[in-house]
Amino acid sequence: MAAENTGFYVLEEEHHETGSATLLGFWIYLMSDALIFATLFATFGVLRTSFAGGPSPREIFELPLVALNTGILLVSSITYGFAMIAMQDGKLGGTRAWLAITGLLGAAFVGVELYEFASLIHEGATPQTSAFLSAFFTLVATHGLHVTFGIIWLVVMLVQLQQRGLHAENRRRLMCLSMFWHFLDVVWIGVFTFVYLLGVVA
Amino acid sequence: MFDEPVAKAIFGRLTLESFPIHEPILLVTFIVVALLGLGLVGAVTKFRLWGWLWREWFTSVDHKKIGIMYMILGIVMLLRGFSDALMMRAQQAIAFGANEGYLNAHHYDQIFSAHGTIMIFFVAIPLIVGLVNYVMPLQIGARDVAFPFLNNLSFWLTVAGALLVMISLFVGEFSRGGWLNYVPVTNLQNSPDTGPDYYLWALQIAGVGTTLSAINMVTTIIKMRAPGMGMMKMPIFCWTALCSNVLAIAIFPVLTGAFALLLLDRYVGTNFFTNDLGGNPMMYWNLVWIWGHPEVYVLVLPVFGIYSEITSTFTGKRLFGYSSMVYATVVITILSYLVWLHHFFTMGSGASVNSFFGIATMVISIPTGAKIFNWLFTMYRGQIRFELPMMWVVAFMLTFVVGGMTGVLLAVPPADFVLHNSLFLVAHFHNVIIGGVVFGLFAGMDYWFPKAFGFRLDPFWGKVTFWGWVIGYWVAWTPIYIVGLMGTTRRVNHFDDPSLQIWFVIAALGALIILIGILAFVIQIAVSIINREKLRDTTGDPWNGRTLEWSTSSPPPPYNFAFTPQIHDLDAWYDMKDRGAGRPTSGFIPIHMPRNTGAGVILSGLAMALGFGMIWYMWWLAALSAFALLGYAIFHTFNYNRDYHIPAGEIAAQEDARTQLLAAGA
Repeated sequence: MAAENTGFYVLEEEHHETGSATLLGFWIYLMSDALIFATLFATFGVLRTSFAGGPSPREIFELPLVALNTGILLVSSITYGFAMIAMQDGKLGGTRAWLAITGLLGAAFVGVELYEFASLIHEGATPQTSAFLSAFFTLVATHGLHVTFGIIWLVVMLVQLQQRGLHAENRRRLMCLSMFWHFLDVVWIGVFTFVYLLGVVA
Repeated sequence: MFDEPVAKAIFGRLTLESFPIHEPILLVTFIVVALLGLGLVGAVTKFRLWGWLWREWFTSVDHKKIGIMYMILGIVMLLRGFSDALMMRAQQAIAFGANEGYLNAHHYDQIFSAHGTIMIFFVAIPLIVGLVNYVMPLQIGARDVAFPFLNNLSFWLTVAGALLVMISLFVGEFSRGGWLNYVPVTNLQNSPDTGPDYYLWALQIAGVGTTLSAINMVTTIIKMRAPGMGMMKMPIFCWTALCSNVLAIAIFPVLTGAFALLLLDRYVGTNFFTNDLGGNPMMYWNLVWIWGHPEVYVLVLPVFGIYSEITSTFTGKRLFGYSSMVYATVVITILSYLVWLHHFFTMGSGASVNSFFGIATMVISIPTGAKIFNWLFTMYRGQIRFELPMMWVVAFMLTFVVGGMTGVLLAVPPADFVLHNSLFLVAHFHNVIIGGVVFGLFAGMDYWFPKAFGFRLDPFWGKVTFWGWVIGYWVAWTPIYIVGLMGTTRRVNHFDDPSLQIWFVIAALGALIILIGILAFVIQIAVSIINREKLRDTTGDPWNGRTLEWSTSSPPPPYNFAFTPQIHDLDAWYDMKDRGAGRPTSGFIPIHMPRNTGAGVILSGLAMALGFGMIWYMWWLAALSAFALLGYAIFHTFNYNRDYHIPAGEIAAQEDARTQLLAAGA
């Protein structure tokens, strides 16, 4: 279209691809968020052996529980994928159902994480105990906080889907939330590998 | 009045003692600021301007109005930051031997911390963001930025941060930890007061604004260029704005992370940067300088863009070595991320690490030097018009090169071990920031002011500003270079060696000469407004410009361009003039525009209340505002009615008025 225009102005109606700028912008936001996580990972890397007389990872991590939680979050990414497929097919009911399942899995993930934190604090392994535990709690809780915000967003989307259906704007928002949700999954794989698995091996 | 526990529940740790009623300097300042503020509020009320301000400015999503508001914020904060500078210069000029001066260490530490914090975060950043906001969309032929509401929100979050810093002057204390709020000084046990909390909350809130703004600008440049404008046909200022904002996105999250960890240390009792239980204070230094060094380039890259545009316009030539300029900018962007450790060679990371960072630092001078040569070769055999913006360019080149060379000197680790934390370093970074960033901002304001307001700035008072700043800079900072090289350390409010005093007296005189420059700038704006009819420009192109912003009227209409331009060449507007492109005067079609919204002001107000509540331990206020912040943000997403069309008739009326104006001028 533009290549043939040898004039100096675009005189006819312009058609905007609404949404593509938002997706790019949101993707850039995710990269900035990834850098916050990078900062927390780096801090954890520096402080991971600063036990200060407190417990070490091997003494406190319950790998089976964390593995279960990892499974829950991975499955929630798949169910979000099904919601997107339903959205592409124009099925409002299917979209909402899969979103609801995703939200419940997310809530289960946060619930298990809170249970893990509670039992750690009960054992005396608190964020104040050592620099290692400060870094551990901050990194994992920042991820958990992100998942919590994802769930709140998801609930808002369920309401907006009920009000307006698969409106172009709602579709765009669902695509952003999709990127957000999968991004948290990727970050969690990093957390599981570097914090839990390597922590217990080392 | 209240029982103690009740008062504590309501006011947290805020008591009557938090107000500095026994500090005469602060009290007088407070009275003056309060009277000025009351006068301003009274005037706005008297002339019934509140509604107009709210509708046309505060809630505006127009990038041009937001840009102007950023500039106003930056200029107001410059006056505050410069008062701090004058106080420091006065103290250091008199505090020798038995004379303790008029500022004790406790107060002096807050002043130099506030000075640096304000000058970088609330002067330089708003002025740069303001210029990019105003100019960049016009240069790429766009009608607004990619996310107009986000732009408004970013601005108000910056204002919220600035207000928190200003409040700290009169309610409680500001940080004593330097402009980067260094641990261990700012750990809870060393600074249990509100100072570091003011710093951290103000910058967290403003930092979110800056990050969102950077995301917005990058998306705008990538997605919204006019048809035909490939990346290598983009004006150089847009390239530098792109690199600067990409860099901002890459660094501000690190700062946010570092500040969040320090907040956790101070509020939750974690041990990230403490001296015991495994904490590591140098981790904080590393993180803040991973932000801090690239930040210098976030500021200076767009300014390089300004110099490039001006050089090319005022020599009447295409910029020499456009593509080498682009590559140099990109290389600087990448390298700037790899040099942070040179701020603390003395940490003791070993010879190999220090060598890497030292060499990486020196390498940056190569692309920067290439830029200097490009500007020189653009000027070579050009028909140079020495108008105000061009004068700033020449002053910049002479001043900045010296700052660059002392920078390379400091990049040599053994030399740095001697000069670390000396006034030589302080002179170096003022040399590059004043000689680079500040001169460039004045050049940019002189250059683009007629575009924004339709009349030029008064050249006489502009020249007074120019000479005040240029002479003042050299008189103020040459002596500081000298005493720094002799080993005088920074952040000291009293000296024992009387032989040094003369240098500080000269430096204080230099600061007074800069004061003349600043006052002349304020007068320049006032005089220009009074004489606006005489300085009026009806063409929209007062400097015979080369880029698209000069193709539309001054000030541009809300929609910027009645028809989106089609780009065929770098220097698109020069190309259009050269080939006699006529301005279309009929066939207008409705233009799709975003609607104004008050959400940005409301969300930022809530963020500020959240910060204030956290600083003073008023937990109810913090919880309430956090809840309201989330609730209002969700509520805002239920508003789907965010745009409208400007009808064709309205556009035709505006454009016809311009046609007549152009005909009358011709």
